[in-house]
Amino acid sequence: MAMIREVYRHLFKKRATVLYPFKEREKVHLPTDFRGKLAFYRERCIGCGLCFRVCPSETIEMITDEQGKRPIFYLDRCTFCAQCEEICPVDAIEMTADFEFVGFNRKETLLK
Amino acid sequence: MSTFSIPIGPQHPALKEPESFTLTVDGEHVVGAKVRIGYAHKGIEKAMESRTYIQNIPLVERICGICNVAHTVCYTQNVEYLYEKSIPRRAEYVRVVIEELNRIHSHLLWLGIVGHEVGFDTLFMYVWRDREVVMDLIELLTGNRVSTAMNTVGGVRRDLTPDKMTPLRKGMRLLEERTKYYRKIALDEPTVLARAKGVGVLTPNEAIELSAVGPTLRASGIKADVRMDDPYAAHDEVPFNVITYDTCDVFGRLIVRIDETLESIGMVQYCLDNMPSGPIRMRLTNTPPIGESVSRVEAPRGEDIHYVRSNGTEKPARYKVRSPTLGNMPAILEMLTSKGDYVVRIADIPVVIAGIDPCMCCMDRSIRFIDPSREKEWVWSWDQLKKYAARR
Repeated sequence: MAMIREVYRHLFKKRATVLYPFKEREKVHLPTDFRGKLAFYRERCIGCGLCFRVCPSETIEMITDEQGKRPIFYLDRCTFCAQCEEICPVDAIEMTADFEFVGFNRKETLLK
Repeated sequence: MSTFSIPIGPQHPALKEPESFTLTVDGEHVVGAKVRIGYAHKGIEKAMESRTYIQNIPLVERICGICNVAHTVCYTQNVEYLYEKSIPRRAEYVRVVIEELNRIHSHLLWLGIVGHEVGFDTLFMYVWRDREVVMDLIELLTGNRVSTAMNTVGGVRRDLTPDKMTPLRKGMRLLEERTKYYRKIALDEPTVLARAKGVGVLTPNEAIELSAVGPTLRASGIKADVRMDDPYAAHDEVPFNVITYDTCDVFGRLIVRIDETLESIGMVQYCLDNMPSGPIRMRLTNTPPIGESVSRVEAPRGEDIHYVRSNGTEKPARYKVRSPTLGNMPAILEMLTSKGDYVVRIADIPVVIAGIDPCMCCMDRSIRFIDPSREKEWVWSWDQLKKYAARR
């Protein structure tokens, strides 16, 4: 009974939850340091492989293309720890604010 | 008089995580309790041996989602002990801020769960709504609500910039007001008092004997807190009171946790006012020197102990985690057993189990024994472990 006044007061207040996937998407606020989907800039990459060494979940695989060594990212394994972004000496990896990127198969979440 | 056993779990609506309790009952009274742990064994320790020190940080964070900061602080300072280096002072302050925010969020979560277990769902709803305030602050500081990814070997990864301090101060004021309100509710509300007073009694002697940890121990009147007894990070400078309560029951644990939340809010405010300037991390080599070390941290649930042995390579040779729930497991069996005037009813079981703030998944790697020298591996049940402990 001690909370009854609080309960009545909240009858006239706004809803505390956000109806996220269907309505009110604009109310979803992301912090500035949010760690979302990776973005990779091929032109900056020097192929040092540091990101490959710090990745805890084997998201990153080093391959060789026509410009030399480079990483590819299996984002279905990514834990979004951002250690690769932090260690990259040339800022070729960036964490974006995009968090809605599920796919029906692994090819869709592979970032090249 | 005949008694019979009822099994609870591993899958049971009253338990949030898979754990098996076997309770011997005589009518409504519980006269004996046994637990079988190991249903959520994740193999983290073994996995850590095959990863480098920096790759292990996100893994350690996932030992427990709720007290992830306590685990990463414990891990990173453990590795820093191996290097025998101390991190920049500012990093230590940021660690304390994050750790205490984590504690506030964990204690409010627990308060809601206890409200739910005693059948007071209104409390559960409102506490969890206010918990969103601290979740948003953690998100603001670290970029994520739960997995903070803030600590790294040699410091912290993100700085606490001045523009983040204003919302942090505002949030702390709001939380302080709300927590005081919930303290009043807990003291006044007959529903809570009837379900929590005199339930799950653990006398001070039993608490010491069974090596209970954290708020469970402090609610039995024992003044023990790693932050005070063996200060780590910036805890040697940040003032706070060790909260104890002498009712030795679930009600005491409730009050201890609410008061600790208030202390944590005070500690965050002190850290914001007295934050030293300087760098937030230092670079260390990939390979710590050969050696071993133990680190202790006061997690929201109690004392968290990590052990590491380094063989000079970039991967640990052995890592061991003792998470706080394991320390509280013998105590919970004692609390669930009626003796003399103290009676445990079947209806009290959920609130007694919830009273220690159990985190089964945290604990469940701890009962597997591996002896590399003899290439032997075995799993012990709780009984075998107790027998072993008694022989020692």
